[in-house]
Order: sequence, then structure tokens, then C-alpha cells
Amino acid sequence: MAYNPMELMICLAARHLEDGSTVVVGTGAPCAAAMLAQRTCSPNLMVMFEAGGAGPILPSMPISVGDSRTFYRGLFAGSMGEIMDACQRGMVDYTFLGGAQIDPYGNINSTVIGEHARPKVRFPGSGGANDLASLAWRTMMITPQDAKRFVPKCDFVTSPGYLTGPGAREAAGLPPETGPYKVITQLAVIGFDEATKRMKVEATHPGVTREDVITNTGFELLWADDVAVSAPPTAEELRILRDEVDPYRYIIGRG
Amino acid sequence: MKVLSQGEGRLFTDPDANRAREYFRGKSRALKSKLTTVSEAVARLVQDGEYVAVGGFGTNRIPTALLHEMVRQGKKNLGLSGHTATHDFEILAAGGCINRCDVAYVVGLEARGLSRNSRRLFESGGLEVTEWTNAALAWRYRAAAMGVPFIPARSMLGTDTFRKSAAKEIECPYTGEKLVALPALYPDVALVHVHRADVYGNCQIDGIMVADQELARAAKKVIVTCERLIHNDEIRRNPEKTAIAYFTVDAVIEVPFGSYPGNMAGEYFSDEEHLREWLTAEEDPETFRTFLDKYIYGTKDFGEYLQLCGGLAKMQKLRALELLSGPKGVE
Repeated sequence: MAYNPMELMICLAARHLEDGSTVVVGTGAPCAAAMLAQRTCSPNLMVMFEAGGAGPILPSMPISVGDSRTFYRGLFAGSMGEIMDACQRGMVDYTFLGGAQIDPYGNINSTVIGEHARPKVRFPGSGGANDLASLAWRTMMITPQDAKRFVPKCDFVTSPGYLTGPGAREAAGLPPETGPYKVITQLAVIGFDEATKRMKVEATHPGVTREDVITNTGFELLWADDVAVSAPPTAEELRILRDEVDPYRYIIGRG
Repeated sequence: MKVLSQGEGRLFTDPDANRAREYFRGKSRALKSKLTTVSEAVARLVQDGEYVAVGGFGTNRIPTALLHEMVRQGKKNLGLSGHTATHDFEILAAGGCINRCDVAYVVGLEARGLSRNSRRLFESGGLEVTEWTNAALAWRYRAAAMGVPFIPARSMLGTDTFRKSAAKEIECPYTGEKLVALPALYPDVALVHVHRADVYGNCQIDGIMVADQELARAAKKVIVTCERLIHNDEIRRNPEKTAIAYFTVDAVIEVPFGSYPGNMAGEYFSDEEHLREWLTAEEDPETFRTFLDKYIYGTKDFGEYLQLCGGLAKMQKLRALELLSGPKGVE
């Protein structure tokens, strides 16, 4: 069955969300991935939003992480403080982030390009991203991959990945055993090397060559010994994604 | 307690708990009516140069009438807490009201895109900025609400967000671990929109609280707009529903559809067409000026703005959307 890159990225992300775990998501592709996971591999996935909504039966894609869909028939409608407390306490397993730049250690820039006081481009800033990247157990990214976005060094580190490498998060005071987990792009699934904490390609998508991945990355990537080929979306995943999760193609239409 | 390092950003507000106590000592506890109008409350309670914080979440449960009135009255040199300030930031930036900002999330309108005019404000150097995170600002309100000068936390560490903040890195006196010390944030004024309030300022909120309970306790002055004014008997019938207690509140104004064009949980959905009209108008400064003349400077109050935006018929359409009972295909 034919599919577009966005549909593949959402399916791959959904398969990583373990049943019975908690995930804090934003709007867009991460939310679609969580909704798909609930309807396939993880019926007991607890979906949370940073503004305070948790465990909704999402009737449609939220437009804002604080809109009323985020707690529609939910289990909990609380506060930002309560969701972030749960992260800091160690009860949030997964989160998803994105940004204008990402470096080999998974550090993310969503603040400025250029000088901070008078930037060339101003982006929104951390929002809850720094908190989630600091405090959730595993951070994932669903992001377009190109050499302008995958840079050797971010202009500004908004949210922490592995910072400067092994031991850096712990030295900075961030909770142990947290950090970036998977980066899912239109080309590949990228993990992080245990020894160096740098990005390591684990799988390329069907039809994507090693050369494609290299050309679209602004730094040297590590490669797993046995790079897999990503399993394409199943007919069932596509049906649920198209009919139930995103019937108006707000997200998958961008693929 | 050992301070290990500190951010380069400026601390815009005083975290001193004793000075805050002195202020709160003098604040009225009287159970008296605080009912007033939008223009009177803004004229009396928001002074040029003060530091303002807005409740809700950017395009959800926001006090739009108060924000428009601040622009209309030409408030200047305000500080702002950018705790997911999206459409609220967009309005105050459009009015040239702010000159400094504690930024967690501004400029963007989440999935809707970026505000061109708000970006211009940053990119022209017209705003003094200190960086924070959403949790940091929520926890800073909480410290103020608790009446302590700071609260420890574990985010921001190791990043440029910390470097451009006004936080300090400290050593935990119990475990020796590194922690971030977040200074209490006592805003001069908080602007909050709620579902229901009585004339004294006891407030009920449906759905998520975001950070408004902490904010109302942290702020020196609190202006509340409500969808519906209710009798004090209704508050007394369900005191567990009181999200904000009257003694933190300085003014109460009934503003039906007061979060428009934002979403109000259980009442009406956001008006995505009008929010897009804002973003589109911002692309050209001259078009934007005309747009602001039409919707803010040229209207005498929020009621006129609602009329311009489609009046009751539009509100009913947004209510149907919110209740998922609209004609098929609307959602």
C-alpha cells in the first residue's frame, strides 16, 4: 500500500511507545503518533499535555496543547505545574521535541539563529521543551532531515540532548539515565551510540540510500553494524491513521 | 548554600519574600464588591512600567478584553511573563506595550505558525529578553504563591537557556547535587479570564488550570474577567470549586465570550479564521496598522470587536464546534 514519508514517520514513532507508559506530546505528528499507538500497539498509553490535560479520548487533533481537546473525556484536567511535577518526579517515560537545529548529541535549538540580543531569526523559545528534555526518561524527535537543520553545533542550545558527550548531562546536574532516544526523519531512524552519545543510524527507510542520509546531514553520523530497513506502515496502521487519527489530513497531508 | 554559577539575564522582578509580605499585609481582605468595567480596571490597576502576567495558555482562556484595552489606553514599557504567551503576546506586541520579557514561549502560535510582527520586535532589538522555560515560570509563580524567595528544580541545567536566564545554579544542602534555583516571580498585575466569578472575586474555572491558581496568588494585583457573573450563593454551595479566592482579586468584570478569539473550555472553540487573519495582516506593516485600527483602536470596547468579528452568529458557530455538535465536516 502506498504511503507518504509523514505517514511512515508517524507509524515508526508510534511503534516505539510501549504499552502502559506515559508520554507528553505537543500538537502535530507526535500527537498523531500517540493516537495511532493507542489504537494499535499501546491501548494503555497515557497521553499528557504540558498545559494540564491528561488521558483524553481525543476526538480530533488539538490545535494548541492547551485547547479543550487535550482533556476531552480525559482522566485528568490539572495544571502545568502538575504535569511538569510528574516529569520531575520520574513518571513520564517519553516525550517528543522538535527544533530549528539539532546537533550530533541531540541538543536542540528552538530559540534564536544569530546573536541572542539581536537575533537574525527569533523562534518561540523553550516552552516546555527544555523541561521535558531534561526530565522525561526518553526524548524522541520527529523531524525533517537536511544539512541546514542537522548541524555540527547549534547556535543556541535551548533543550539538552547529551550536551557535550558522555557524562555531560550528569555533570550538569540533570537526572541520571535520561536523554535523547530516537530521531525519526523522512530518511532514517537514528539512535545514540552508547560510548560516544553521538547520533548513530539504526535503520534507513525503504528506497533511501546511505548517500541520501549523509548528504542531508551537516556532520558525520555513526552507523550501526547492521543497518536495518524500516518496516513500512501496515495496511491496518494506514487505515487507522487515515480514517480515525487524522481524517482531515492536517498532519499526514504535509507528507 | 553554595551558588555554583548564574545566568547572564536580568531579573525583572524582586524575589524578596519579606517585601512581598509587606505588600500583601496591606492588601484588603474585605468581602466587598469589586465589580467594575474593563476600562476602569485597566486605567486604575495597570500602570506604565509595571510587570504583567496573563493567565490561560496563549489562545485558551485568555482575557482578550483587558489586553485590547491596554493597547487602546496606550500602556507603555510593561514587563511581561512569556509563559506560553501567544495571542496575548501578539496583542501587546502590536500595541507597543512591552519593553522586556521573561520568555518561555512567545512569537509562535503553536501549530498556526509564527507572528511576523512579534518577530520584528525581537529582531529589531526592541525588547530586553531573559530566557526561561514553561515549567520554570510556573514554578516561579508557585514559589511566590508559597511566599518563599526561590524554589529548586532540575530543568534548564547545562543549556544556553540557563545561560541567558536569571536563575542560579546551587548545590543541594541535603544531597550535594546541582540544582537550579528559580527566583520567586511576583508580578505587579495578573490578568485572568475565568468561567464564573462572584462580585467579590471568588472564581470557578472549568477544565485545565494551566498556572492560574499559582499566578493569582503570586501577583500583587489581580484583574479577573469572567464569562458569567454568579451569585455568591453559588460559590458557597460548592466551595471546593473555588479555584481563585476573593482576597487575591482586585477587580471583577463580566465579559461574555471574553476569551475570543481563543478557546474557552466547554463554551466555545477558538476562531481559527480570525487568528489566521491576524497572522496574515502582520506580514505587511501597513496592512497590519489598518487591521489594528479596524479591530482595536477603532472599537470602543470588546462588545464592538465581537460584533465586527461576526457577533452572536459567530459565537454560536464556535460553541457548536466546541461541543462537537456542528454540521458534519466543520471540525
